[in-house]
Amino acid sequence: MDVEILARVQFAFTIAFHYIYPPLSIGLGMMMVIFESMYVGTGKKVYETLARFWTKIFALTFGIGVATGIVMEFEFGTNWAIYSKYVGDIFGSALAAEGIFAFALESGFLGILLFGWNRVSSKVHLISTIGVFFGSMFSAVWIVVANSWQQTPAGYHIVGEGINARAEITDFWAMVFNPSSVDRITHVWLGALLAGTFLVLSVHAYYLIKGRHIEISKKAFKIALIAATILSLGQLSTGHHSAEGVAENQPAKLAAMEGHYEKSAPADMYIMGWVDQDNQEVTGIKIPGGLSFLLDYDFDAPVTGLNAFPKEDQPSQVNAIFQFYHIMVAIGMALIGLSLLACFYWWRGRLFEQKWLLIAFVFAVFLPQIGNQTGWFAAEMGRQPWVVYGLLRTSDAFSQAVSANQIWFSLIMFFFIYALLFVLFIYILNKKIQHGPYDEQDSDNRPLTKGIEEALLKEIQGQSEPKVKG
Amino acid sequence: METLFGLDYQTWWFLVVGGVFSGYAILDGFDFGAGAWHLFFRKEQSRRIAMNAVGPVWDGNEVWLVIGGGALFAGFPIAYASLLSAMYTPFMLFLFFIIFRAVSIEFRGKEEMRWWRQLWDVIYSFSSIMLAFLLGVVLGNVLMGIPFDANQNYGGDALLSFLNPYSILMGLTSLSLFMSHGAIYLLLKTEGKLYDRLVVLQKYAMGAFLIAFGLTSLYTLMFVTHLSDKLMTMPATLALPILLVLSIANIPRLTHKKKFLQAFLFSSLSISFLLVLCALESYPNLLISSISPENNIDIYNAASSLKSLKIMMIIVAIGTPLVLGYTYFVYKTFSGKVKIDETSY
Repeated sequence: MDVEILARVQFAFTIAFHYIYPPLSIGLGMMMVIFESMYVGTGKKVYETLARFWTKIFALTFGIGVATGIVMEFEFGTNWAIYSKYVGDIFGSALAAEGIFAFALESGFLGILLFGWNRVSSKVHLISTIGVFFGSMFSAVWIVVANSWQQTPAGYHIVGEGINARAEITDFWAMVFNPSSVDRITHVWLGALLAGTFLVLSVHAYYLIKGRHIEISKKAFKIALIAATILSLGQLSTGHHSAEGVAENQPAKLAAMEGHYEKSAPADMYIMGWVDQDNQEVTGIKIPGGLSFLLDYDFDAPVTGLNAFPKEDQPSQVNAIFQFYHIMVAIGMALIGLSLLACFYWWRGRLFEQKWLLIAFVFAVFLPQIGNQTGWFAAEMGRQPWVVYGLLRTSDAFSQAVSANQIWFSLIMFFFIYALLFVLFIYILNKKIQHGPYDEQDSDNRPLTKGIEEALLKEIQGQSEPKVKG
Repeated sequence: METLFGLDYQTWWFLVVGGVFSGYAILDGFDFGAGAWHLFFRKEQSRRIAMNAVGPVWDGNEVWLVIGGGALFAGFPIAYASLLSAMYTPFMLFLFFIIFRAVSIEFRGKEEMRWWRQLWDVIYSFSSIMLAFLLGVVLGNVLMGIPFDANQNYGGDALLSFLNPYSILMGLTSLSLFMSHGAIYLLLKTEGKLYDRLVVLQKYAMGAFLIAFGLTSLYTLMFVTHLSDKLMTMPATLALPILLVLSIANIPRLTHKKKFLQAFLFSSLSISFLLVLCALESYPNLLISSISPENNIDIYNAASSLKSLKIMMIIVAIGTPLVLGYTYFVYKTFSGKVKIDETSY
């Protein structure tokens, strides 16, 4: 395998693995802020228990996110030296801002969030939690700004020629607010918040099925469900805006997403399908003219197809892009459907009696994860053959000084280390979940049915008063 | 050339990058140093205390690496790209050990089994030692010169050539310095028998550092002569090595008196002065080419545009007081001796 392919595989592997963790951290950050705010606002211990429990899970995802994230910062330089020289002037300020404003904020207050429960007042601790959450959301902003600049460059001019050509910044705010950044930041944010929300839903649904930690799980589930419903519906909007942006700014990518080849013709929207790249045909379940309608509210409006571009400017993995895109959309719809269904049962007062629904939520934790990954794969594979759209080709951007053997060495190391890391992550996560939010002396651990639990609680409350007085 | 308070923007950014990496060396330096001692502590409770001394702050310390790398990428992208691709193997090893160290801190306390804790202790300690060593190795290579050609491309064999006598000597210097620095930090956070043990261990590290530092300085003066050019031709610069030696000398003087906070301050100052000395001798070069001085990568040919540098100076000006502010707050919250509670590692 040549150096370019190896460099691409290594980057794809390291970034995909990394991307499991920061979205979880961001989403759990939101849930921690919600739970802890309710504790500080109402004083009720149940919310403190939830905040403390989810902080422990958060610590796990955050730590792995940081370690795998440092790899990414250095991987630009090690494996993509020409790209780094090309975009350094542009990225510079975005990454500097990310480091100074976002990373420092979240890592700084992390210490108090994790270890300061007994050292600062509850208000100061809540401020620390908010600091960590804001820091993580803010860092997402800057990295998406940088990636969006790759997709829709703005606020720059090119200096130099050939191998020494570089982009130089001409307008900071035009660079930050390039045509796609706002759409993509909101889309990434919601994807991350959904990842955390559905983890909370999954864990508490699991407890409810097992008949453990019932009261606390009911409360947590309901709060997370409200968040999930709002977020998944919001994601439909951000997704639509992002796609409109892609149609305008990266038409070749859009064409690949729906397997649309004809130079200029009404485009179908597929529910699912398969692209035969050689014959440029798609077979599947489609809404004729559906894509045209989504973009122009007219089933007959022409949409630019792949053949409008010279072959060397087209992304080559059309079927892969098509599949990844459609899986992401299907998951987005599934999250909406699941949330609304649960809301319906909640409205009818029968939410926690639907065991099949709770089981669905246990497994639904994978949906935002797969959605986030497939979305990024579609976005980045659809961006090919460019690393900076229209300006720098991926094949011209990798480090000349690094040999294939060196990349084999690091790639194999990453594979084994990350595999180990993943196994440990699942193992520790499961341990924390099995342990639950309470310490040894709680009575919530026994499986109880609804009526008996309430009767027992009344009995315990009735009995506790004489004991205290005595 | 446009200037700000008398210095051009490229020089300002050289100072910023140097400042951030100095801060990083001081902070993660004590981190790595503390970790390097880990296996010297026999008791479970001692190991827990030592790990929890860095527990709340190691992540914040590591951010300085991220900011430093970002600052280098941002201000001197050509230097960033050339350095990282030329030093591919040591940087990859560095990343692996960073991951292992972070993971070992996180996972160690999660199980009760002796073999589990021992395994993570070994990984934690080995990673910390390698990280402290590798930082010196990379610095050694940078100072000595790397075979860059006219296109800032690396012209050597990258797999193992980063290990050479000078870089290994530098690595041993940084390792012993960080172990002394880390021991002093731990002395601020511990008490009882652990404290007594550390008093002795710190002295050994300090001794090892003095020997390594002496050897490295001699070697530099004799064989890496471009690093003493300014000292030889501009006598005023001799103030710096004098300050460095005085500052290093203060460390054993203060540790002997058990004034560990002051000792830590001078240990930090020593690290800063060492890096300032390296920076002074390098300036305005960032990466020296061992093929030809014409291929040197300096702050002018490696820099981003003036506009970009100006924007980033604004970001730094706003961000730095904020970062210093909450860093101070976090260290203040966790000041004093380590107390293990239910939230500890």
